[in-house]
Amino acid sequence: MKILVPFKRVPDPATTIRILPDGSGIATDNVKWVINPFDEIAIEEALRIKERLKTGEVVLMTIGQSNWQEQLRTGLAMGADRAKLIVTDKPLDTLTIARVIAKVVAEEQPRLVILGKQAIDDDSNQVGQMLAEILGWPQATFASKLEIEGDRCTVVREVDGGLETVAFPLPAVVTTDLRLNEPRYASLPGIMKARKKELKEIPIESLGLDLTPKLRVKELKAPPKRQAGRKVGSVQELVKLLHEEAKLI
Amino acid sequence: MGDVLVFAEHQHEHFPKSTLVAINAGLEMARKRGAQCLVAVLGENVESLAQQAAKYGAAKVIALEHPALKNYLADAHAQALANLVKSIGAEYVMATATARGKDLMPRLAARLDAPMASDIITINDDGTVIRPMYAGNGMALVEMDGPVKVITVRATAFDAAPEASSPSPVEKQPATLDQASLKMEFVNFNEIKSDRPQLTEAHIVVSGGRGLKSGENFKTVLEPLVDAVGAAMGASRAAVDAGFVPNDLQVGQTGKVVAPDLYIAVGISGAIQHLAGMKDSKVIVAINKDEEAPIFSVADYGLVADLFKAVPEMAEEVRKLKQS
Ligand SMILES: Cc1cc2nc3c(=O)[nH]c(=O)nc-3n(C[C@@H](O)[C@H](O)[C@H](O)COP(=O)(O)OP(=O)(O)OC[C@H]3O[C@@H](n4cnc5c(N)ncnc54)[C@H](O)[C@@H]3O)c2cc1C
Ligand SMILES: Cc1cc2nc3c(=O)[nH]c(=O)nc-3n(C[C@H](O)[C@H](O)[C@H](O)COP(=O)(O)OP(=O)(O)OC[C@H]3O[C@@H](n4cnc5c(N)ncnc54)[C@H](O)[C@@H]3O)c2cc1C
Repeated sequence: MKILVPFKRVPDPATTIRILPDGSGIATDNVKWVINPFDEIAIEEALRIKERLKTGEVVLMTIGQSNWQEQLRTGLAMGADRAKLIVTDKPLDTLTIARVIAKVVAEEQPRLVILGKQAIDDDSNQVGQMLAEILGWPQATFASKLEIEGDRCTVVREVDGGLETVAFPLPAVVTTDLRLNEPRYASLPGIMKARKKELKEIPIESLGLDLTPKLRVKELKAPPKRQAGRKVGSVQELVKLLHEEAKLI
Repeated sequence: MGDVLVFAEHQHEHFPKSTLVAINAGLEMARKRGAQCLVAVLGENVESLAQQAAKYGAAKVIALEHPALKNYLADAHAQALANLVKSIGAEYVMATATARGKDLMPRLAARLDAPMASDIITINDDGTVIRPMYAGNGMALVEMDGPVKVITVRATAFDAAPEASSPSPVEKQPATLDQASLKMEFVNFNEIKSDRPQLTEAHIVVSGGRGLKSGENFKTVLEPLVDAVGAAMGASRAAVDAGFVPNDLQVGQTGKVVAPDLYIAVGISGAIQHLAGMKDSKVIVAINKDEEAPIFSVADYGLVADLFKAVPEMAEEVRKLKQS
């Protein structure tokens, strides 16, 4: 079974984010770039499905700048078979990103597309659902368990108040939640092999899509900072303050 | 000017507070845009539910019915709602960023060829909105183009709609659906039942982290405090990943966002991803044995102590206080 995993490059979650004073974005000088953590989980799940079925192909793709190659190589080193980089340096909105992925789906014809539930920088949580609609495919977001039997896919989803199970025939779109799996690290032989794997660069213009965003970020500002309060000396003092000063207990 | 349509999520024949928040945000948008706010209730048989939604001052409540809408499924709901948006010519479609809102609204946006802003916290008079990015480290001012715009609102950023003086008219409509195109099937919902208040609705939240060390300690050490103060229980990702508590208790950037009157963080270090889910709480208390823990930088009251000693003591103090 062929599985497509679209991923995004994001600042390492441990990075301290600084907003540029002119409101145009974040300072990137000290940022370490990584595969979006939810997308690492997506890659891992695709690899496990391939290993379980003992057949198939895992294709990675990302839409970004030429130097996102580095993260594609990391994904290939984890074990993915080949990769596509759709090259652009423009800010694209989520619907455009979903349309670009849909173009790649039309060409590659995967049975399953696995994405992250959200990119941890822009936090939109949209692309997978949009892609499913554009393709007219079923969707299962926030997956914590995924089973495939023949052409039928069953997914347990992390929702408010519990776990929901949905089922549908393939092809389909699934987005990952944190508990789906624990991604592997790239091994040294994996890294060596990755160098020889196919990585194709495709200029976004060649896809013939209108890239004008319908959503624009006009300004990015730092939020008001919360002031630290005070330390209290004992449990008794704490409870007294919560009762008498804050009037919450 | 086109109208505002609010998707009214319901569970167990009931609207959670998050739905009343969506209605209130919809009313605010309508006021600011000089338009009307309509509410859509989707399901198989939802007329009496729609009557409940009619209490909050919308211009109209539409009960959109179809057997295929019995259980929530993204494909059928997106299709039915998109057809309704087109038939009434709504300009804004809004919902709260609950698990369901997050699942449905992007699919709807794609079907309507509309831009979407997620998890917004402010509606400006000119129709622009503000949404957090980078785990709350950045506030983005967002502008959208086109005849239709889709929005989810952060539940903690808007109040619940108050009851209005007179009920809205309710209109029943059959949903238009192309059933052959629907492929999803609802299998089951494994609900985690709890007698405690809902995490996202509670006035007080007590959350535990890796410092609790086990699921057993959550029960024997943390829960007595949770119940003594009448709180909902939350957790850090580390505690959920370790299997101490269920997934849906995770507070943070990639879990639930809460903003109760009082948030008590126990054995939680205060990673940026956790802070993103609780730093708008009115009063924050941190109990941690490490005085350098970043959680203290947002805490109004910090107690440097061993939780295994401090938490049972605190539960006892609160019980004494409540008895007196
Ligand atoms: C300063 C600044 C200006 C910006 N300007 C704009 C703007 O004008 N208009 C606008 O709409 N947005 C703008 N953005 C945000 C934009 O570029 C988002 O990255 C984009 O909209 C996608 O949203 P997301 O990453 O939150 O996607 P999500 O929906 O959270 O991502 C979900 C999943 O989709 C997949 N995915 C996401 N992005 C990609 C990708 N590039 N390649 C492959 N797969 C991907 C991944 O699997 C990911 O896990 C701006 C951001 C900044 C910081
Ligand atoms: C993609 C991604 C998404 C994430 N999303 C979230 C999210 O939504 N929510 C979230 O919470 N995290 C999230 N995280 C994880 C986050 O980065 C932290 O790892 C996590 O919050 C740490 O949990 P913790 O504070 O319980 O554990 P730790 O950081 O290990 O802290 C435990 C604390 O307990 C204290 N302690 C230990 N023993 C005692 C004792 N006996 N008495 C008192 N104090 C004690 C320690 O001093 C320490 O400060 C995410 C991470 C990533 C990469």
